[in-house]
Amino acid sequence: MGDILGLVAKRLGLGLVILLVISVIIFFMVELLPGDIAEAVLGQGATEENVRNLREQMGLNDPALVRYFDWLKGAVMLDFGRSIVTQETVMSVIGERFRNTLFLATYAAVIAVPFAITLGVVVALLRNSIFDRVANVLTLTSISSPEFFLGYILILFFSVKWGMFPAIASLSDGMSFWELLERTFLPALTLVLVVTAHMMRMTRAAIINLLASPYIEMARLKGVPPWRVIVRHALPNAWAPIINVIALNLAYLITGVVLVEVVFVYPGIGQALVDAVSKRDFPVVQACCLIFAATFILLNLAADVGAILTNPRLRHPK
Amino acid sequence: MSIFVIAYYSLLLIASCLAAFYNQRSAFLLVFSLTLVSFIVGIIGGADALKFIAAIAAAIALAAMVSYAFREFVIIIVSNEMAKELRTAPLTAAFGMFVIFTYAIAGIFAPWIAPFGEAEVIASAFAPADENMLLGADQLGRDMFSRLIYGTRNSVGLALTATLLAFFVGAFLGLLAATKGGFLDNFLGRVADVIMSIPSLIFALLMLSIFGPSMPVIIIAVSIIYAPRVFRLTRAVAGDVVVMDYIEAAKLRGEGTWYLIRREILPNSTAPLVAEFGLEFCFVFLLVAGLSFLGLGIQPPTADWGSMVRENATLISFGEITPLIPAAAIALLTVGVNFVVDWMLHRSSGLKE
Repeated sequence: MGDILGLVAKRLGLGLVILLVISVIIFFMVELLPGDIAEAVLGQGATEENVRNLREQMGLNDPALVRYFDWLKGAVMLDFGRSIVTQETVMSVIGERFRNTLFLATYAAVIAVPFAITLGVVVALLRNSIFDRVANVLTLTSISSPEFFLGYILILFFSVKWGMFPAIASLSDGMSFWELLERTFLPALTLVLVVTAHMMRMTRAAIINLLASPYIEMARLKGVPPWRVIVRHALPNAWAPIINVIALNLAYLITGVVLVEVVFVYPGIGQALVDAVSKRDFPVVQACCLIFAATFILLNLAADVGAILTNPRLRHPK
Repeated sequence: MSIFVIAYYSLLLIASCLAAFYNQRSAFLLVFSLTLVSFIVGIIGGADALKFIAAIAAAIALAAMVSYAFREFVIIIVSNEMAKELRTAPLTAAFGMFVIFTYAIAGIFAPWIAPFGEAEVIASAFAPADENMLLGADQLGRDMFSRLIYGTRNSVGLALTATLLAFFVGAFLGLLAATKGGFLDNFLGRVADVIMSIPSLIFALLMLSIFGPSMPVIIIAVSIIYAPRVFRLTRAVAGDVVVMDYIEAAKLRGEGTWYLIRREILPNSTAPLVAEFGLEFCFVFLLVAGLSFLGLGIQPPTADWGSMVRENATLISFGEITPLIPAAAIALLTVGVNFVVDWMLHRSSGLKE
């Protein structure tokens, strides 16, 4: 057990280092601006005094390294400073939204994961049949479509033509849980379609890879019935790749969520990021980027840790 | 029951009988499951839903016929050896090639194909289609069809340039890392790790917020994001080649690094690299489309598919599908490229499964 903890701790440490490097990139990239943030935000028409005031207010007169450590210290305590545009604290802008985004991603994941894994295994077992071919073409089409295309198609049919679900996923206080599920159904479905396609393909590849391994052939040759080959021999070894597939696709959800939120006008962190980018509200952009990157790294980390835990070969490297 | 419904089901039944008679197991399964699905859909959605299924089936059949014709056409034109390869290409790959060919023609000859200029205002906002305008007008009264054609040039051109840049930088560094090894190899590997652990769209948004959305910034940002992926693959492929005996022999002959890369390693790792180029193009294309959909891509008045969808999205709430056509164009090209890449990967790996 001891060496498992050691391996996991090592992997966690590596994740932390990468996160730190990314925070450096996110912070110092803004320093690359010609002039500085104050000049960039106020534009060319700004008077000398305005620029000086904003610099004072944002603490831009300190050296960059000092400001980086201040920012990092704040970020660890979830305090990302104030927005340049609205003067609110960044947390008050994105705190609530982050919860909404997590809700949407969880909603999509709860539907997509069991669905995709089951379909992926079925397609792998029926490989090279006509169903496999059809599934291949369908998933490929779904992967190749931009998220907004799928989103608008769903809006066109489910809300405009058939009037089953609302096209705009606006949230208000005091909504019941069912109402919430109904309002956010279409954005969640869009994410489900994209992620299911990815997951199915990856599950299929992983299972086919597994079924080609010698011990499965051995089991077949010694006359084990097919269902038993799958349950007793294939499944225990399939967990590692399947966990990997799930974690990687949840990480993928994070990027997909930005476009879907914009399509459905969903009050999530992705939309906050897009708004902040077009208004050049750097503290908000930096905070959003850091949160997205941290979640992404966390999920990749989960994939690796899951792989270590379920695969004895990784626990005892040669 | 209308004549259409009767004809629909009898066609399906005849097709399944034929398939069963000629012992075509997979065709029978397909037609039979389609019949079952049609029963359910028909009961719920009525004749309209059946018409929809029939239209999709007809579209697929049309696509298959076009791809078949295109493949035969290409086989006649090209030299003997190429023709032999092409004969083994599945219909999906032929379809992909046909799509790529069509887009190339539309992009290159845009000014001759499009009836109007890309920024030319010719009608009132959101004017419906008439004999002048195939797809109607957009939110400023510009011809949608012309903008769609010009969009091929702009959207695909931008994605292609970015992919080429990412590919050359990534492949060059990958080959260099594989031949040189040591510190450079390690260092580049770590840099790639870091860049790849930031979600691509987020990284692109960060860079665009700082440097502003302009063509060169988008191209450079996208190639920074995707070069590490190419680097990884090239490094892996070239890593296998570098340990071969003929590389050792070339080194002993006293050849330089550049010669090794160009004459020994590159020719032996082209197949996976070409396939990777196709995949990379799809990723880049989708990313750029996403950016321009968010209003951070190519800036107006230049026609661009992603921003065309965004600008005309209000039409969707009136049940119009015109705003979806540019999005469908994006999807179609990506699907086409993926089909071709699938075939190439299958061929180069020589694996059946």
